[in-house]
Amino acid sequence: MTRHIERQIEQLKEKILRVGTLVEEAISKSISAVINRDASLAQRVLASDEAIDRMEVEVEEECLKILALYQPVAADLRFVIAVLKINNDLERMGDLAKNIAKRVAQLEGATTVEIPPEIRPMAMQAEEMVRECLAAVINGDPVLARRIREQDDVVDDARQKIRKRLLAGIKDHPENVEALLRVNSITKHIERIADMATNVAEDVIYMVEGEIVRHRVDE
Amino acid sequence: MPTSAETPSSPDRLAVVAGGGQVPAEVHQRVRQDPAVLEIDGFNLWYGTKQALHSISMPIPHGKVTALVGPSGCGKSTLLRSVNRLNDLVPSVRITGDMRLNGDSIYDPRMDVIELRKRMGMVFQRPNPFPMSIYENVVYALRIDGETSRTVLDEVCEKSLRGAALWDEVKDRLSDSALGLSGGQQQRLCIARAIAAEPEVLLLDEPCSALDPIATGKVEDLIQELRGHYSVLIVTHNMQQASRSSDYTAFMYLGRLIEYGPTTDIFTKPVLRETEAYVTGRFG
Repeated sequence: MTRHIERQIEQLKEKILRVGTLVEEAISKSISAVINRDASLAQRVLASDEAIDRMEVEVEEECLKILALYQPVAADLRFVIAVLKINNDLERMGDLAKNIAKRVAQLEGATTVEIPPEIRPMAMQAEEMVRECLAAVINGDPVLARRIREQDDVVDDARQKIRKRLLAGIKDHPENVEALLRVNSITKHIERIADMATNVAEDVIYMVEGEIVRHRVDE
Repeated sequence: MPTSAETPSSPDRLAVVAGGGQVPAEVHQRVRQDPAVLEIDGFNLWYGTKQALHSISMPIPHGKVTALVGPSGCGKSTLLRSVNRLNDLVPSVRITGDMRLNGDSIYDPRMDVIELRKRMGMVFQRPNPFPMSIYENVVYALRIDGETSRTVLDEVCEKSLRGAALWDEVKDRLSDSALGLSGGQQQRLCIARAIAAEPEVLLLDEPCSALDPIATGKVEDLIQELRGHYSVLIVTHNMQQASRSSDYTAFMYLGRLIEYGPTTDIFTKPVLRETEAYVTGRFG
């Protein structure tokens, strides 16, 4: 006989996966919208945020219900606590995708300003981290989670390179400063998405191993 | 499902134990950092030919609450009853190994069992007040010891009832029969009676199993209060009770000690997946 709490946890797992899928899609679309200057795609990203917010609240309520009604311990407790935190991070990632999508409209008039091609590989790396962190959550995979932590530096380095290029662009063409700063903020949002994926990966390590590895650099 | 911190490749200890094998107990380092009031050392016990306890070795820290948990038949009550040699009363019982109370061998043939039991208080599942007044219940041990000074008896009575969080409820009716108290009050009276003798260890054998949730809450609060003043060894079936009331938790299975560590670790990140399976209710 399956215990009630196991069924509840399975359902919670399905729900967090649904939030993750929506967020992953929003990120991917927002990046495509920027690179292709696709305003209608950006609009769809903005519209999808409401669903993410609604699901986030649902997941949180589910976690609180399990905590109150089942008083989980050990692995169950760690799972519910990790999902509470991951849920929050996923919702933030959704907001960042929304912010990226907003830039599309803001850059509409600046057609002469080039979107640096390096944004694409940087964004792909961040998207990969998001995909992998969701897989790590669902499979409870600390090995994958550790690999995601390492990838964060790659995204950070890419952003620094793009930032330098944008600064040089501002010096050469001060008239484009506003548009270039907007492009810079896109890279900042992508970097934050990668940071959030790293947070999720750290929560997976806690969920499986019971060790809080956040703020540790020696991992 | 979430998995335990342990690598899943190691053999299942519970299966090994069920097959009659022995597994080393996982005793966390932290348990040994507190001075021990009681040391259980290689203790084995048989009822006739059936072995009920297998090589149990564990220190019981001084001034702390230690909970024994495990499924029915795991030997936790047998272990508790071995501490004050209540199992001596069962004719077929045979033991090897030893236990030491503050360094004194409990199973030394020269040990005076009556004296030993005076050094430990015991509270059972069902409250068992004596059919006499509340006051006389509390001072019973002192009377037996020949104490006649009313001042001493009054003092001990008040102190013990306060210690058992019962004083305010009964101070105006100390001469009433103890049998008129509610179940929860009777159980706290039994704890007052036990601590009146200033025991070195307090043994609680499922003290709340016959109580309603409110009375259980009061007894659990009391156990929290006793912490620091008394060393408490408690057997409980109730996981939440163990997690709420104890400093250390020992998980037993089929007469073996499986894992023993700080309660917070046992209930948040036990080392062994078998312990995790038990505390999360996946078996037992």
